[in-house]
Amino acid sequence: MSNQTFLRFFKRQSKNISQFWRQFSRNKLAVASLILVLIFALIAIFADVLYSYDFVTSNSLENALLKPGETGTVYFQEKDIEHTFILGSDNYGRDILGRLVHGARISMIIGFVTVAMAVVIGGILGAIAGYKGGLFDTIIMRLTDIILSIPTILMSIAIVAALGNSFFNLLIAISTSLIPGYIRIVRASIISIKDQEYVEAARVIGAGDFRIVLKHIIPNITSPIIVQSTLNVGSSILSASWLSFLGLGILPPKPEWGNMLSEAREFIQYAPHLLFAPGIAILLTVLAYNIIGDGLRDALDPKLRR
Amino acid sequence: MSNNQSELPILQVRNLKKYFHVAKGTLHAVDDISFDIKKGGTLGMVGESGCGKSTTGRLLVRLHESDGGSINYNGIEITKASHKDMKMLRTKMQMIFQDPYSSINPHHTVSSIIGEPLKIYKKVRNMQEYEEKVRSLMETVGLADRLYDAYPHELDGGRRQRIGIARALALEPQFIVCDEPVSALDVSIQAQILNLLMDLQESLNLTYLFITHDLSVVKHISDDIVVMYLGQIVEKANTEELFKHPIHPYSKALESAIPIPRLNARKERIILKSEVVSPIDPKPGCRFAPRCNYAIASCGESDPILREVCPDRFVACHRAEMFV
Amino acid sequence: MDKILEIKELHVHYYSNRRTVRAVNNLSLDMQRGRVLGLVGETGAGKTTLALSILNMISAPQGKIISGSIRFDNADILGMSNQELREMRGKDIAMIFQDPMTALNPVLTIGEQIAETIFKHEKVSKAEAWSKAEEMLETVGIPGVRAREYPHQFSGGMKQRVVIALSLACNPRLLLADEPTTALDVTIQAQVLDLMRGLIKTNNTSVLFITHSLGLVVENCDEVATMYAGEVVEYGTVKQVFGNPLHPYTKGLLGSLPDYSEGSPRLRPIPGLMPDPTNLPKGCYFSPRCPNVMPQCHELHPENSSIEVHLVKCHQYQENLHVEQSI
Repeated sequence: MSNQTFLRFFKRQSKNISQFWRQFSRNKLAVASLILVLIFALIAIFADVLYSYDFVTSNSLENALLKPGETGTVYFQEKDIEHTFILGSDNYGRDILGRLVHGARISMIIGFVTVAMAVVIGGILGAIAGYKGGLFDTIIMRLTDIILSIPTILMSIAIVAALGNSFFNLLIAISTSLIPGYIRIVRASIISIKDQEYVEAARVIGAGDFRIVLKHIIPNITSPIIVQSTLNVGSSILSASWLSFLGLGILPPKPEWGNMLSEAREFIQYAPHLLFAPGIAILLTVLAYNIIGDGLRDALDPKLRR
Repeated sequence: MSNNQSELPILQVRNLKKYFHVAKGTLHAVDDISFDIKKGGTLGMVGESGCGKSTTGRLLVRLHESDGGSINYNGIEITKASHKDMKMLRTKMQMIFQDPYSSINPHHTVSSIIGEPLKIYKKVRNMQEYEEKVRSLMETVGLADRLYDAYPHELDGGRRQRIGIARALALEPQFIVCDEPVSALDVSIQAQILNLLMDLQESLNLTYLFITHDLSVVKHISDDIVVMYLGQIVEKANTEELFKHPIHPYSKALESAIPIPRLNARKERIILKSEVVSPIDPKPGCRFAPRCNYAIASCGESDPILREVCPDRFVACHRAEMFV
Repeated sequence: MDKILEIKELHVHYYSNRRTVRAVNNLSLDMQRGRVLGLVGETGAGKTTLALSILNMISAPQGKIISGSIRFDNADILGMSNQELREMRGKDIAMIFQDPMTALNPVLTIGEQIAETIFKHEKVSKAEAWSKAEEMLETVGIPGVRAREYPHQFSGGMKQRVVIALSLACNPRLLLADEPTTALDVTIQAQVLDLMRGLIKTNNTSVLFITHSLGLVVENCDEVATMYAGEVVEYGTVKQVFGNPLHPYTKGLLGSLPDYSEGSPRLRPIPGLMPDPTNLPKGCYFSPRCPNVMPQCHELHPENSSIEVHLVKCHQYQENLHVEQSI
């Protein structure tokens, strides 16, 4: 009998998914962005296959500032290799495309981890504020106000300066700026759902608080959270970029799009490709996530459905 | 009307109160009401918006905590029941809600909505029993079997209300508070649902508190009626008697306000003056007096008491004798 | 007989999710001047769509008036320019919407809202428009000084009275009242309708009274039309239709009401549901639910038959029916 139930469950979920896809795919731009993001993700996952990490972090000064498409000889792992620098090389002779590829991996990790942390922490705080109300609500909302009143740049700099310049602290700094958004979304959703009749109905049939939150409230708040998260991945990558541009967070020789931009500053005049490569990568990624976020919002909005 | 109503009250409410604290003061939603409901019967509770009938219904199933008075169900005092007792009581007392669009979770399937009570109380031992029970409930309320995995938004108001009814029946309750169960439905669907509720009462020996503002509906389904106004009971009577001869001026106005879909049915209509008084910090005196066509100065001095002005007829009006 | 509204063979469709919703189907209806016509039907019958069509307010791309004509006092509404429509709405044809809570703009005072429409349509100064607005409020039983207050300061019944004042402010020839009292308590409803009846009588306003309550129709209307699945299935004076209902749907509606089942314990609902407007049945739309269904009902869509003014769209009443005579 349980086989049948699973079968029915899958059938039902696939019906939901196909309906969602039908809505989402109406937005051609969003679909294109999704494909772009998936390609970037694949590149990030298979970064090591494409370019070895050591290769993109070792200097090869004789090949410095090569134009895109030029070849050079690189002495790597005790061998001389003929290597085509598809996007050229930077001032240390490192392959720009290779650094972009590995930077993509770092950006993706930053994007997803910071958002995940913010969702969990912000979600729990927002749930407590919305569901319990009263003093909890007041304290949590004032905390949120405090965080929001500090400019993100300053706050991130302060956190990284105080805690030290490590990858983990970078993640903390970025996700802290995202947390207030989630607290508000979750709190607002819970407040609007809390007094719905079906929550009352759940109480009448004997459901306890835990069950109500799990089965009735959470399914209804996933849409705004998903949308917000997609947008936040983009902004998170951007935050990491300018933090490392400013010299905090990921420092060279670790490849990160932001610090690549920073290093490219000196060479704008005669080697602009150093700037364009990471700049366009950041632009495309953040834009793609934003467009996907918008597309998701439209697709998940029940009012725009049917 | 039900056929197997006994004389013994299964529910006794005495001096029930519920106040809400709002910015402007204290809102007297339910202000010292008392009534009985006989086992197997239907008590209709009528009144317009703000009269406290919905709040009363929610007090009975303890969705709100009362601010005074007692609710005695089959010997158990609900207002003082412990968490454990309440959990047990919930299997006996259930509720059907007004809005079939907001009283069921749009993200859950028909079967999971109906079966949720079974899961909470672990009334079934395995998935097979669960499924059997849910399907049988669907059949009882007239929901097609193929709707087992359907979502509420695919269904119309009438079917959604049937889901709510099936959910209320899942724990095999004895008493159901029906909070305006047909008000949000189309006329022809109302008839279907009312028939269903009456059939269920007959076959499962249920007791109903039927809350509504629609007098023609309550006339059809209730044995006795309680008329509420601004948190108080103004008249209590047997249904037939009330409609034949309403005594309280508000009951009279209410009865005369119903549009009757028959030619030459109504001769006189009582039009009330002004607007409803606010239920916030009400002043002493009859709360209906400002709108009453028969009010005299003394009506505003003290609260009228609900008293038996003739056999089995309770009216809260200083001048009730005039209308008997 | 002076006709203020003539609707002929109107078809209105909505488009959603790649399906076509046939909201109004070949609807023809006439209204006499100075009379109150009740339009009765359940949810999905197309009543509100019809009202919006009369104002030519069906919004593209979701909806479209496919074909048909609507003549208001001999003016062709569907042929009017946007400018002409704007001048006409509020002044010659006014509409009362169902929900008083959302019909008023919460950030403007009620006086401003009424004065705005007067100022727009009549050649008066702003000061004159304001005092006329105060007058209108008095006629609906609201003290004129309250014109400075905001909608949230009024109760539901009073808001609906404001909406009525707003709609009658420019003394329109035709009033479309879409379920004007559904959201109100029954005693307030009685007050508001009493008021409305007085006002429309004084001004000789023609009213299209849309409702699902048959009781309200008997008490407030002169003529009545029953609507089902986007068409008018019966039309006549209230006396004719309620005294002798002909169409099985009208009969079913009346029969399902508690008032008509006195004595018997069970009500007699109409079995089944209204048809899916994206997939209407062949032949008569009511045939799947009709107790008097005949074989030709599934094949052929009925035409209007008339007994004096009393029109009904049902095969039962069509005399000399030949299958070849199909349109």
